[in-house]
Amino acid sequence: MNTQTKNRLYALGALAAAGAALAYVAMSRLSDNLVYYYTPSEVRAKGEAATQGTVRLGGIVKPGSIVWDEAHTHLAFEVADNHQAGASTLKVSAKEIPPQMFRDGIGVLVEGAYVPPDSFTSQRLIVKHSNEYKPPKDGEKPSLTTAQGVSEP
Amino acid sequence: MSSSSIGYGFVLGALICAAFGGVVGLTAGMLRRDAGFVWVRRAAYAFFGCMLLANLTMVQALVRHDFSVSYVAQVGSRATPLVFTVVSLWSALEGSILFWGVILGIYLLAFTLTHRKDQPQAMSLSIGTMLLVATFFAFLIAGPANPFGTVSPPPPDGPGPNPLLQNHVLMIIHPPMLYLGYVGMTVPFGVAVAALLRGEISEAWMAPLRKWTLIAWGFLSVGITLGSWWAYAVLGWGGYWAWDPVENASFLPWLTATAFIHSTMVQERKRMLRAWTMTLALATFLLTLLGTFMTRSGVFNSVHSFTQSDIGPTFLVFIGITLLASLGLLAVRGPVLAAQEGLQSPLSREATILVNNLLFVAITFTVLLGTLWPVVNDALRGVRVSVGEPYFNTMAVPGGLAVLFLMGVGPALPWGASEPGAVVRQLGVPMLAGGLVTAICVAFGLRGGLPLLTFGLAGFAMAVTLRELFLPARVRMAEKKEGPLTAMVRSAQRARRRFGGYIVHIGVIAVFAGVAASSSYRQHLTGTLRQGDGKTLTLGGYTLALKEIVNGQEPHRTFTATRLLVTAPSGATQEIAPRMNFYERSTDPIPTPAVRTRAHEDLYVSLLAVNEAGDSASFNVWIFPLVAWIWGSLPFIVIGSLIAAWPSSRRSGQRAGGAVALPAGEGQSGGAAQGAA
Repeated sequence: MNTQTKNRLYALGALAAAGAALAYVAMSRLSDNLVYYYTPSEVRAKGEAATQGTVRLGGIVKPGSIVWDEAHTHLAFEVADNHQAGASTLKVSAKEIPPQMFRDGIGVLVEGAYVPPDSFTSQRLIVKHSNEYKPPKDGEKPSLTTAQGVSEP
Repeated sequence: MSSSSIGYGFVLGALICAAFGGVVGLTAGMLRRDAGFVWVRRAAYAFFGCMLLANLTMVQALVRHDFSVSYVAQVGSRATPLVFTVVSLWSALEGSILFWGVILGIYLLAFTLTHRKDQPQAMSLSIGTMLLVATFFAFLIAGPANPFGTVSPPPPDGPGPNPLLQNHVLMIIHPPMLYLGYVGMTVPFGVAVAALLRGEISEAWMAPLRKWTLIAWGFLSVGITLGSWWAYAVLGWGGYWAWDPVENASFLPWLTATAFIHSTMVQERKRMLRAWTMTLALATFLLTLLGTFMTRSGVFNSVHSFTQSDIGPTFLVFIGITLLASLGLLAVRGPVLAAQEGLQSPLSREATILVNNLLFVAITFTVLLGTLWPVVNDALRGVRVSVGEPYFNTMAVPGGLAVLFLMGVGPALPWGASEPGAVVRQLGVPMLAGGLVTAICVAFGLRGGLPLLTFGLAGFAMAVTLRELFLPARVRMAEKKEGPLTAMVRSAQRARRRFGGYIVHIGVIAVFAGVAASSSYRQHLTGTLRQGDGKTLTLGGYTLALKEIVNGQEPHRTFTATRLLVTAPSGATQEIAPRMNFYERSTDPIPTPAVRTRAHEDLYVSLLAVNEAGDSASFNVWIFPLVAWIWGSLPFIVIGSLIAAWPSSRRSGQRAGGAVALPAGEGQSGGAAQGAA
């Protein structure tokens, strides 16, 4: 084996090691930062397992459940699986001003953490309105999460 | 005849021209016949002509509100202002692929005209490959993404283009720039495939490969920067980059193209990294395809319950074929691509470029992983997840800072090898400059390890860049007694690509500073103001008072606007008007934040909600230090790219200067070699 071949092997070995390390770090970072999409009934079914990490809770705002305390900037409401009576719900608590389209019966995505047995702390509230709305397919930009009345705490 | 059938006829014409030219080009190139080239050229010109006419037909149908054309019925509206009617050509899937076609046509025209007198077989292969890519896109337009469908009976009016896309003037310029960047990567792909097919990696191939990558890279950089600006100015969430799949789609090929532009310098001078450079050229094109697939197929939007389109499977097949062909070519041509020289020293410019390339590829890998993970998860486990921004930030920030550091080290090191003592002498003053920048920041009360490190590295890299930019001119002034301006222009002409590259580096350093400052030192507040009660919101020395809330109507939308009186820390006052626009097509309000921009910081006010009585309004208020530096990089990127890619008037001279390796010491003091030349 001449020196050049040897050097090349060393270089390849070093590269493979660096690549493996990178893949390991990336995978562990990835699993730490996954955000799961659940409905209220899925959260309840998962129980303690749903308290790990960030959850995006999807559903509709249960009519009549909105309590807005302007003096303390505290918003409380319930998220239900769907519009049917008796659908599974969770109580959401948010420290933010409700966005413009926020109202009874509207679709929402609430990013935050599950507090068993029946509560959810919001870090970010996204109103998810019309289904007929089309994405900016032309290849541009977020649209999905941000345009529709996001309020960041 | 209806617009639909005329337009569709042009699309079919383009499809036939592209397929014909592609087959003739590849056959002629592989059989080593010169005769086919004239037909390849004609096919390329005809493809351009057909695509241009198809696009003009569509624009005419849009402007005339001919709702019998399916695409017009989808995105047109009589109320939309004319300029947004024209740009709605690229506001939805079918139209944007059609627009893609004409851009590919423009590139084919430009490339063919530029190289019509070059080696016929080589150019037959290159243009033939590009025409095969064009065949695929023409097929998409003619089949799964046909914008020229017929609607019968035509509706009296349409919904208008997506509100988000007609809310800001940047939408007119940002997509074409991005497309010019994206589609432009087809040209280097064609040249690289042709070179690999022939098994020749010579300067005759590499020169056009470099030049056309640089052109597409310049457009892509501008497109991405404008896109982030658009997100900042329109979406109202106070950010410009969210690691969204759509953003990543444009960032990934940018990363590999940037790596290519650097590795090709090593390839040019040291006959190393040849297989690597070719791999980057092919990977860049593949990533543009993947990006298009990601943003167009609907796969990535599925978690947001949006509509899907039919182009997904067709695209996947094309990506698969391209990937297999690329891997096969690289494997077969491996021996030809083997390096002919080894690395002499880790203290050399080529070593820093090698590390730079590894970093770029590592960042590409992590971003790609994070972008594809949700789709993989959904497909394999049926679990809907998204990857949070912290993943991308923690992975990309260290790599980005290392790139910034290398941006300072690389240009200061010579090609070949250097003495450690010489390196210390080269880097001493810039290091001092970086330390000084950090010290000044600390003295002004800034804290935080990451931003201070970024500013220090930025100062270091900027010092090296400016020295390398002006050193050749200073040497000329001293040795040839030229005036400052003459010396500057002459030194730039002598080493155009390097000079342009350093100007781009200045812009990139500004982006680093802007991103670090605006993300680390931003301030945020949400608050409600009531009309007439005299209360104000205060943030970072700014005071906001509500003057009035106005509701109004414009032809294509209604709006709720607020007028706020801003008192800046300096005492200056200004009125700003953040508002929400309501379009008929969507019940969601489209925010239009108001931004007061200064060089050192932006005040960004977004209207969050107005109460039902219409007398109180809630706002999101941010202060973003240095955020304007990010878009301020645009002139540097544009001018630098133009200088680097500008066609040389003294072609032979430039070729010789660029191709033949200069003496090894040239890089260390570019000025000395330039001055002596």
